Amino acid sequence: MDYHILREIADSWVLLLMFVFFLGIVLWAFRPGSRKVYRDTAEIPFRHEDKPASDNRLAKGAK
Amino acid sequence: MWDYLKLVLLGLIALVAAIAANYGRDLAYQVHAVIVMLVSGGLFLWTLRHTEEPKPKPDPQLNYMDGVVRAGVVATALWGVTGFLVGVWIAFQLAFPALNFEWLQGYGNFGRLRPLHTSAVIFAFGGNALIATSFYVVQRTSAARLWGGNLAWFVFWGYQLFIVLAATGYLLGATQSKEYAEPEWYVDLWLTLVWVAYLAVFLGTIIKRKEPHIYVANWFYLSFIVTIAMLHIVNNLSIPVSIFGSKSVQVFAGVQDAMTQWWYGHNAVGFFLTAGFLGMMYYFVPKQAERPVFSYKLSIIHFWALIFLYIWAGPHHLHYTALPDWASTLGMVFSIILWMPSWGGMINGLMTLSGAWDKLRTDPIIRMMVISIGFYGMSTFEGPMMSIRAVNSLSHYTDWTIGHVHSGALGWNGMITFGALYFLTPKLWNRERLYSLSLVNWHFWLATIGIILYAASMWVTGIMEGLMWREVDANGFLVNSFADTVAAKFPMYVVRATGGLLYLTGALIMCYNLWMTVRRSPAKAEASAMAPAE
Repeated sequence: MDYHILREIADSWVLLLMFVFFLGIVLWAFRPGSRKVYRDTAEIPFRHEDKPASDNRLAKGAK
Repeated sequence: MWDYLKLVLLGLIALVAAIAANYGRDLAYQVHAVIVMLVSGGLFLWTLRHTEEPKPKPDPQLNYMDGVVRAGVVATALWGVTGFLVGVWIAFQLAFPALNFEWLQGYGNFGRLRPLHTSAVIFAFGGNALIATSFYVVQRTSAARLWGGNLAWFVFWGYQLFIVLAATGYLLGATQSKEYAEPEWYVDLWLTLVWVAYLAVFLGTIIKRKEPHIYVANWFYLSFIVTIAMLHIVNNLSIPVSIFGSKSVQVFAGVQDAMTQWWYGHNAVGFFLTAGFLGMMYYFVPKQAERPVFSYKLSIIHFWALIFLYIWAGPHHLHYTALPDWASTLGMVFSIILWMPSWGGMINGLMTLSGAWDKLRTDPIIRMMVISIGFYGMSTFEGPMMSIRAVNSLSHYTDWTIGHVHSGALGWNGMITFGALYFLTPKLWNRERLYSLSLVNWHFWLATIGIILYAASMWVTGIMEGLMWREVDANGFLVNSFADTVAAKFPMYVVRATGGLLYLTGALIMCYNLWMTVRRSPAKAEASAMAPAE
């Protein structure tokens, strides 16, 4: 493996792959229904301030 | 069983260190071997005295592991003050060269103390802040106790040992002369070990999380840990001259070495000082403002854009060098594109306060966090501008660069860390509130005025210096000698040192305030544990 192989990769399909991957993430963030999920996720810091969640209860029920 | 294994291991390390101290070829190596010998010998005795003691009942995962976070808060404050103090001292050394005392030549002169200052503030102050807050945040946002038990303590103490070895090494002259990567080969190996343990603790906690989603702060922390591991290993590829000496030879040479170094250097800024501290921002700003982050979608795009772009920006440190033009253009272009995610993140942090702007008036901690985000926006604007080749031809090698670094480090990293420390101390020591909010106010204003003095004087002196260097007369001869610029910079150097002194004073006030919070502030009433916060 030398510089030219790396350059070949970087200049061609890996560049494209990374760009498409990034666009995919942006689209994924705006997918329908994401608003509700993210509203819940953004509340995570306010849930378990003092103690970990107990084992058999999922976070949803905890509050 | 584990105790016996530990004894064997510690005994062997102490023995090997003693042999190494005996055969050591240079002073730094010998001192380091003695330090390692004393530490492992001490741990050997301690373990010996506690072997086969009945262990307290294993903690049933019912509580968070906060001891190591408390230790981290103390270490952050102490290393912070130490780093600032060395910074102020070398600033005065630049203004008044007589402070490079003759009897300290070779140990206490500017050249030896400068890397001590940069490493102390970045790795000791910033690194401890990142480790402590990441351990705090990952537990709260995963609703799970830290994974790996005492491994977290190994990370903490292992990291302190790394700092001590690095710092003493600089003073005694063991350096591989790579910016922000000065420690020699065996210190690098030790840091690698500690860092892998850090990754294991952090990732282990995320894996056993009780929340279905990984909160965005953890994404930033994780990218910081993983990327620093990669950068550290690649940039420190070197072959020791002797196993009994500190000197090593880099594997890369020439422009490849320079490029690797600044790929490392810039991403240390990008992932250590930016991504890691953004993790802090995404937890502590919502917590202090008592409202969730402005836009979670934006935070996802912020994260991916930042990590996709930052990694390419390094070559802008090598404009007009042997580096091919295409590479430095690439670095410049990516630096400018970085404007977008940086400002997206800044807006996200600031707008988290929308609807709670009145807190700026009443809560000095929020004010600290907001000014920190402001400085994040300012220095991520200034940085890309300075990476443009035409601007760089004026700014490079001048004090403008130093000013830029400090408005980022003092403004963004320092202020967000102070905010986090003020948030954490009452929580971790179970106090109702801080000892004094008016002292926080004093800290805020001293630090802010200090930064302004620092940045403004460095702009003036940097641009003046750049213009003086390129000034030619009608016949094309340079007008100024280098010594002319040095003489012209004197007043600005005094202002800069004064700014640093104010910043240091603020940090000392913080230490007093935090200490008194732990000692004097009323303990939180037990009953209020279940009641909603007021």
